[in-house]
Amino acid sequence: MYNASNLKKGLKILLENEPYVIIDFQFSKPGKGQALYRCKLRNMINGAIVDRTYRSVDTFEKADLRERKMQYLYNQDNEYCFMDVENYEQPMLSSEQVGDAKHYLIDGLEVDILLFGDMPIGITLPNFVNLTVTQADPWAKGDSVSGDSKPITLETGYVLRVPPFIEEGTKITVDTRTGEYVTRVKE
Amino acid sequence: MLPGSKNSPGKGDQERLAAKSENLRLRARLIHAIRHFFVDHGYLEIETPHLIPAPAPEVHIDAVKVGHVFLHTSPELCMKRLLSAGYPKIFQICKCFREGERGKKHLSEFTLLEWYRAGFDYMALMDECEEMVLSVSRDLGFGQSILYQQGYINLEGPWERISVEEAFDRYSSLSMKKALKKGCFDEVMVEEIEPHLGISKPVFLYDYPASFAALAKLKEEAPDFAERFEIYMGGLELANAFSELTDAGEQKTRFETDRRERERLGKSVYPFPKRFLEALSDMPSSAGIALGVDRLAMIFADAKKIDDVVSFAPEEL
Repeated sequence: MYNASNLKKGLKILLENEPYVIIDFQFSKPGKGQALYRCKLRNMINGAIVDRTYRSVDTFEKADLRERKMQYLYNQDNEYCFMDVENYEQPMLSSEQVGDAKHYLIDGLEVDILLFGDMPIGITLPNFVNLTVTQADPWAKGDSVSGDSKPITLETGYVLRVPPFIEEGTKITVDTRTGEYVTRVKE
Repeated sequence: MLPGSKNSPGKGDQERLAAKSENLRLRARLIHAIRHFFVDHGYLEIETPHLIPAPAPEVHIDAVKVGHVFLHTSPELCMKRLLSAGYPKIFQICKCFREGERGKKHLSEFTLLEWYRAGFDYMALMDECEEMVLSVSRDLGFGQSILYQQGYINLEGPWERISVEEAFDRYSSLSMKKALKKGCFDEVMVEEIEPHLGISKPVFLYDYPASFAALAKLKEEAPDFAERFEIYMGGLELANAFSELTDAGEQKTRFETDRRERERLGKSVYPFPKRFLEALSDMPSSAGIALGVDRLAMIFADAKKIDDVVSFAPEEL
């Protein structure tokens, strides 16, 4: 249980039986009046953003959230299936819930799946993922027009810019936080 | 590692403090200018203890306890005892302490300017506020127009004077009476009204409902209202002022009500400020005001956060 003085950015609480994260927080206190705790909260299931103002007497329940290590299995009909590496349960995430993480999901990739009770609601990728280049234009030596980078396609369909020496079939490391090329993987 | 060497852990702290240099210098000049104004106008600077046995039992102001005593939440009670003893024009600049107040505009330990003047009422005090802030601004080299958060505030008097009731009618979705009835006066004030106050000119928000009177005198011709005002500049609450209540019996009743309310809310109940109440019947009719020095420094420094105008925020200690 939390009380109003525990409220701060990043805290996850339960509102109307759904988990919310505080994305903006402001302490206010008018004149001789009472302390007001003004929060902007994001619903962790559907992303909806709400504004709420609380008083010192208000209390909050902690959202029952936990992260589990899971392997990515497959995607079917816009749903992404994962498997818990310990208990072999196979929860599904919708493509909205997976979001941009889909650019990095390859068979067997180990990720953290966020569960609210038993319901999967989010995914956290490793910071770096190695992926194979499936389409790249050949590098013309001395070609100054293409400049410092060229677009290539990865096995997941993700298109990004890489240095011109990267060829089809090469494995590269991508930073999942920025979506950018990091280095060529040495085999 | 030597202090100040390139990779010492203290490096970030030194950079942070160095970046505040301009604001801290401005703050020092501001306090000097305030002092200059009051001394020039015949006020006596006084000091009262920070450690006191009995803070005013206000419902929403919590004192920090130190052993068997408390850090004062404002110097109000001691200063009024001085007024009662025949000190008619007094001011003080001091640190005050309020439990649990921390935010963009709040520090639990902050600097307050308080001044009292016998023979004044709240309306006369408004004029003096205009004069003081303008004089301080000129002293600092700003003149009558200052830039705060992308807008200019014109400090030349007369400032805008708007009653609390008018402010509700002008800026909020419901009337003051309705807000009081629904118990959301504070919420509406903070969310709908304050952001509009003092944008191009400072505002005196005056005549608070009697239930928000605290230590203020009620209006003789309209006892539903208290002779209390607040100053707002750039949407920032800067000061709270009263025509002071001098009726000891009435003050005692209010304190008793507030103590019961504190008890009901599960807050600590302070010893009764007996000596203050004894002195109150000898207090001349006067007006008094508490002004947040950190907030005024924020305005002159064009700072968004109170942390920007103090050397150390509590988290940086």
